[in-house]
Amino acid sequence: MDDRLIIETSNLTKHYDSFEALRGLDLHVPAGSICGFLGRNGAGKTTTIKILLGMNQPTSGVARVFGSTPDAEVRRRIGFVSEEKELYGYMTVEDMIRFTSPFFPKWRRDLEQRYLRKFDLPLQRKVKQLSRGMRTKLSLLLALCRGAELLILDEPTSGLDPAIAEEVLQAIVGHVANEEMTVFFSSHQIAEIEQIADRVVILDRGRKVIDGAIDELREKYCRVNAVIENGQAGAPVLHSPNVVRVTRKGRVLSILSRGGADDVVAEATELGATNIEVVPVTLKEIFLETVNAEE
Amino acid sequence: MLFRPNPSSGVPIYLQLMEQVKHAIETGALMAGDQLPGIRPLAEELVMNPNTVAKAYRELEHEGVIELRHGSGAFVSPNARAGRLADKLRSAQPLVAGTVERLRARGLSEEEIRRLFEAELAAASRKGGRRG
Repeated sequence: MDDRLIIETSNLTKHYDSFEALRGLDLHVPAGSICGFLGRNGAGKTTTIKILLGMNQPTSGVARVFGSTPDAEVRRRIGFVSEEKELYGYMTVEDMIRFTSPFFPKWRRDLEQRYLRKFDLPLQRKVKQLSRGMRTKLSLLLALCRGAELLILDEPTSGLDPAIAEEVLQAIVGHVANEEMTVFFSSHQIAEIEQIADRVVILDRGRKVIDGAIDELREKYCRVNAVIENGQAGAPVLHSPNVVRVTRKGRVLSILSRGGADDVVAEATELGATNIEVVPVTLKEIFLETVNAEE
Repeated sequence: MLFRPNPSSGVPIYLQLMEQVKHAIETGALMAGDQLPGIRPLAEELVMNPNTVAKAYRELEHEGVIELRHGSGAFVSPNARAGRLADKLRSAQPLVAGTVERLRARGLSEEEIRRLFEAELAAASRKGGRRG
């Protein structure tokens, strides 16, 4: 991974009539990373992706891909796999490949052959007769073989069975391991982001709420559980700036911290808490707690 | 060789991978001089990010557990740290066995014992300033 930014946006906004789909989004995706893009339905993920592809214009702010405003030239260097795969139903798999490859001077015939075998795609079958999984694999093949420097995927595994989803993830990881490519993918599947991404951006109602290296998030975020006496009513107020959320169920106090446990443990001890334990939190918890804490 | 990091455990994956490599050395599954799988094949096999594997290998090299030889891959360090660790663990094992037995005798369940150990380790790593 180098320090070059492949995707960079600053203060990006997008309004649809009175609806604010994006409210000042800053993105920084370094070269060579696999960046997961997480958010609930309507958080603004697809809007962002369309802006990055130049298919949609921001209301204000700047989006840069490879350092340039997204245009046809930039798009040629991007492989894109969307939820609705852009394929022609009347074409066969072979037609689709023969039709797509001439648009890309860097088309990789070697990869085409490798992925055809790996994905077990039937060359003579019409696209409309392919299963959903097969269509995703064909779409991925077309995106990877064009020699793309950036792969953008919009919910690539949605509606796929776990075996095919794993195959798709493996192809992405394998490709990144062998070719120079940056990946930016949106997903609802937190587990698959945890599995293959090294960075994550969490979007909530058009705003970025989390952005960083996943391993750093795992190291910084933790949950401190403790027991407090019944005398105190409600959840106590903690002053450490690292506290994301404090919840209390009966005597059990649970504090999510975004900056390690030390401050929080010290404060909890001062409050007279006992049986203090520190446990790691999953990305799913970070996601749910952060999105809920914003409400 | 079987490495199996769990992406959903909340523990950084590179730390899990480091632990699993060390464990393989401690148990003798990997010996001094043995070659580890390459970063790319391992990332593909485990379906995980190559940068994460690379980070684990770099940290293991930093700790002197493995050696990265340019162009030829990663190898378990020849110094006999592994054997010493194995001995150290073997000699500590009766202590743990005794403790676990006494806790069982007090009626604690396996899960409760595990939680006690984990809480104690978490407390110790808080004081020591690092985990793992």
